[in-house]
Amino acid sequence: MTFFYLAPWIVFFPVIGLLTNIIFGGRFSEKVIGTVASLASGLAFVVSVLLAYSVAQHPEVMSVPFAQWIHIGTLQVDWTFRVDSLSTTMMLVVSGVGTLIHIYAIGYMHEDVRFKSDLKRFRRFFVFLNLFIAAMMILVSGDSYMMLFVGWEGVGLCSFLLIGFWYEMDTLGRSSWANSNAAKKAFVANRVGDFGFLIAGFLMFWKLGSFQFDAVFAAAPSADPGIIVAITLFMLVGVAGKSAQIPLYVWLPDAMAGPTPVSALIHAATMVTAGVYLITRSAPLYTLVPQAQYIVAMTGAVTALFAATIAVGQYDIKKVLAYSTISQLGFMVAAVGMGAFTAGMFHLITHAFFKALLFLSAGSVILGMERGHHHLAHHEGHDSHGHEDHHEEIFDPGDMRNMGGLRKTMPVTFWVYLAGMLALSGVFPFAGFWSKDEILAEASQMGYTTVYWLLAIAAFFTAFYMGRQVLMVFFGEPRHEVAAHAEESPLIMTAPLMVLAALSVLGGLLNFPGVDTLTSWLEHTLPFIKPGEFMMNVALISTALALLALFVSWLLYGRNPLKVGQPDPLKKMLGPIFTGMENKWFVDEGYKAVFVDRYVDIARFLADVIDWKFWHDWFHETVIAGTYNWLSKIALNNYADQRGIDAFANWLGNATKSLSEATRKVQNGFVRSYALSVLLGVVFILGYLLLK
Amino acid sequence: MMPVMFYVALSAVLFTIGALGVLIRRNPLIIFMSVELMLNAANLAFAAFASSYGKLEGQIFVFFVMTVAAAEVAVGLALLVAIFRTKHSINIDEMNSLKG
Amino acid sequence: MTADLIVFSVLALAAIATALGMLLSKNAVYSALFLVLNFGTVAIFYILLNAPFIAMSQISVYAGAIMVLFLFVIMLLGTDVLPVSKALPWQRPLAFILALVLAGESVYLLFIRKAASGEIPQPVETFGSPKEIGLALFSQYLLPFEITSILLLVAMVGAIVLTQKEKK
Repeated sequence: MTFFYLAPWIVFFPVIGLLTNIIFGGRFSEKVIGTVASLASGLAFVVSVLLAYSVAQHPEVMSVPFAQWIHIGTLQVDWTFRVDSLSTTMMLVVSGVGTLIHIYAIGYMHEDVRFKSDLKRFRRFFVFLNLFIAAMMILVSGDSYMMLFVGWEGVGLCSFLLIGFWYEMDTLGRSSWANSNAAKKAFVANRVGDFGFLIAGFLMFWKLGSFQFDAVFAAAPSADPGIIVAITLFMLVGVAGKSAQIPLYVWLPDAMAGPTPVSALIHAATMVTAGVYLITRSAPLYTLVPQAQYIVAMTGAVTALFAATIAVGQYDIKKVLAYSTISQLGFMVAAVGMGAFTAGMFHLITHAFFKALLFLSAGSVILGMERGHHHLAHHEGHDSHGHEDHHEEIFDPGDMRNMGGLRKTMPVTFWVYLAGMLALSGVFPFAGFWSKDEILAEASQMGYTTVYWLLAIAAFFTAFYMGRQVLMVFFGEPRHEVAAHAEESPLIMTAPLMVLAALSVLGGLLNFPGVDTLTSWLEHTLPFIKPGEFMMNVALISTALALLALFVSWLLYGRNPLKVGQPDPLKKMLGPIFTGMENKWFVDEGYKAVFVDRYVDIARFLADVIDWKFWHDWFHETVIAGTYNWLSKIALNNYADQRGIDAFANWLGNATKSLSEATRKVQNGFVRSYALSVLLGVVFILGYLLLK
Repeated sequence: MMPVMFYVALSAVLFTIGALGVLIRRNPLIIFMSVELMLNAANLAFAAFASSYGKLEGQIFVFFVMTVAAAEVAVGLALLVAIFRTKHSINIDEMNSLKG
Repeated sequence: MTADLIVFSVLALAAIATALGMLLSKNAVYSALFLVLNFGTVAIFYILLNAPFIAMSQISVYAGAIMVLFLFVIMLLGTDVLPVSKALPWQRPLAFILALVLAGESVYLLFIRKAASGEIPQPVETFGSPKEIGLALFSQYLLPFEITSILLLVAMVGAIVLTQKEKK
């Protein structure tokens, strides 16, 4: 039996969850709020499983209509759920990883709101998380580009809300614009991408006549290839925004300002993969235009290498992971760009597992450092009242230069982190090995040589910076007394970590070469994909590179662990290159100088000169107000009212007075004159009667 | 057989003289008498027409006019006497207090 | 020239002359006496006009009662000649003009439009005798007759009230 009719519940369980928390959350305890939210996400996962099961029974694409939306002329867009193997894959990843992150977040936010001294904000976090799940579900289950865009915008909004969760502070808790600026940056960069997406959509509707997937794919082969190139390249702009590719990746590192569960869910596992999903979904379009495919693949590959080099020079634990995400997304985009859709989706799934794991573990590390900091602060406060200034010292719990030797104080976190690191580096037999390897194999097999080499070098760097990170954080001696006092995280946080670690280890089974489960699963939706061959030489080269990179990182950071205040050894070795890596190759500064400052100048000009000086001061004050005042004071008051109407009214009164004064004289009291008038009247009447 | 016109002409002449008297003279008694003259002139005309048409109504009217004239003279002269008591003069030009 | 015409002319002249005399006389007593003569003349006219009763009542009421009343009051108020007035100098000329206009209008009415046509018939006993008048008065014009009597009563009362001295 099939369960397709349950499709709308993937959206509505999270919506019910968030509504419950909004309306009743004020009365709930933290545990209840967290449980409601996690349950909502969990039930969405259950429905996703049922839907996947239904697809297995009934592999053809199933459309579950839900509501009518726009019906104007030839524009027909409805809210219909599309349940096929590709969308159920995404649904499972989003809701599965999402539920684990919800559970983790209960523990994380419990401590975070206490560190930031705002307990009331706990509820808001879970409302936003549920909202995100709902929006992402809309994105992956839509049956037209328009519905996809609704979800696309929704996740962009949730990203904004969650990055700027602590909107009045910066990451260290000081009052600042920093977090809200990061949220704004994310939204604006996404917006540029959305612009590209919309242009693609408009072209689609204009030339191909519809937004609906099936209709578009059916009309595409017979359309002008130039249009298809335009559509696919504009969609690439959207992907560059949402999936953080060059040139719009700049928001993702800043997005680390949000709480760590947010970074894990949105900026590692789900939202950023929306772009990859989009390209996979649009496969019938991309396969028609190899030129566009090449551009997509090169964009992904260059991004992968570029971001990997930056990750090498970062000192913040989350920033390393952020650039790593950008790099891995580059891998995925390169894969789907080349036409290796299974490889791309496979890497998407495994990346979701180990990157979420890494981020959540990083969160655990950060909280461990915070706990240590507070532990010390309380002890210091009790012992020495004179040293009040110690409390005010700003401490960055995420700076790797403050950490070291944490494997002794936080063992569970250490082991799961290690699992994640090995998976990401692509070491056999962890999940990342299989998926990354498949991408590299496809690249070499399809003849994308440049792409292959770029990705291979990026893989080398990946392993290197992960090794560097693990060695700096967990090995050696603590470089700050806080690190020495760090405490392990509670079970509610470590349990999801362990589940994700297991998935990171075993994830490779999803598309084991030869068995190719995922390939056959996706084949139902994308009929033209074929399973990748397992190429032994590629596998050997990539394993060798990974191990070499780990060895080099051990040489630099493991043999002589960094001491306090010692600069990074790469600084001496690479000199200016390392400075570039440290400073993200000055891309943000370049954008600021070229775009942002110019924009601010224009805005300032428009506001101060055009709006205030011209519009307000001159036009409104002088022209309108002045004219009005002139009109009322002089024209109307003086001329019209005083000289005109008043004059007339006064003249009327005066005339009556004069008339009556003149007429009054008639009554002079003399009888003779009265008699005269009588006779006068008689004469006149008689005359009139006579002459009639 | 006299034409009625003669009598009516005479009546008109007497009436004019009476009107002139009302306007010109300043002694209120003379003025009253001029008024009586005017009434008389009218009576004459009435009687002339009554006789001319052979209807008695004209004469009846004369009768009533006479009666009313008598009543009017009585009251008017009483008024005059009352005024004289206050003003001690019968110059009608001095009785001009009711002016606007 | 018939006898009627001669009689009429003479009497008419007398009437006009006495009227003018009343008008122009400086002495009030003379004016009253002129008016008495005028009334007498008019009474004769009434007789000529076939109205004997009216003639008699003219003499008894007008000449006899009203003029006597006038003379009483003239005696009471004095016959001083009034000084030349300084007020309303424009009134006299204008009055003359108006009188002339009135005369002119009457001329126009009578001679050009010929408003009065007809003739006076010879006296007949059945017309204008007291009997006829009485019959008419007490049958057809009873109401005006009675009202007139009330009017006279009111006039008498009024005359008395108006001349009453203020009680101190």
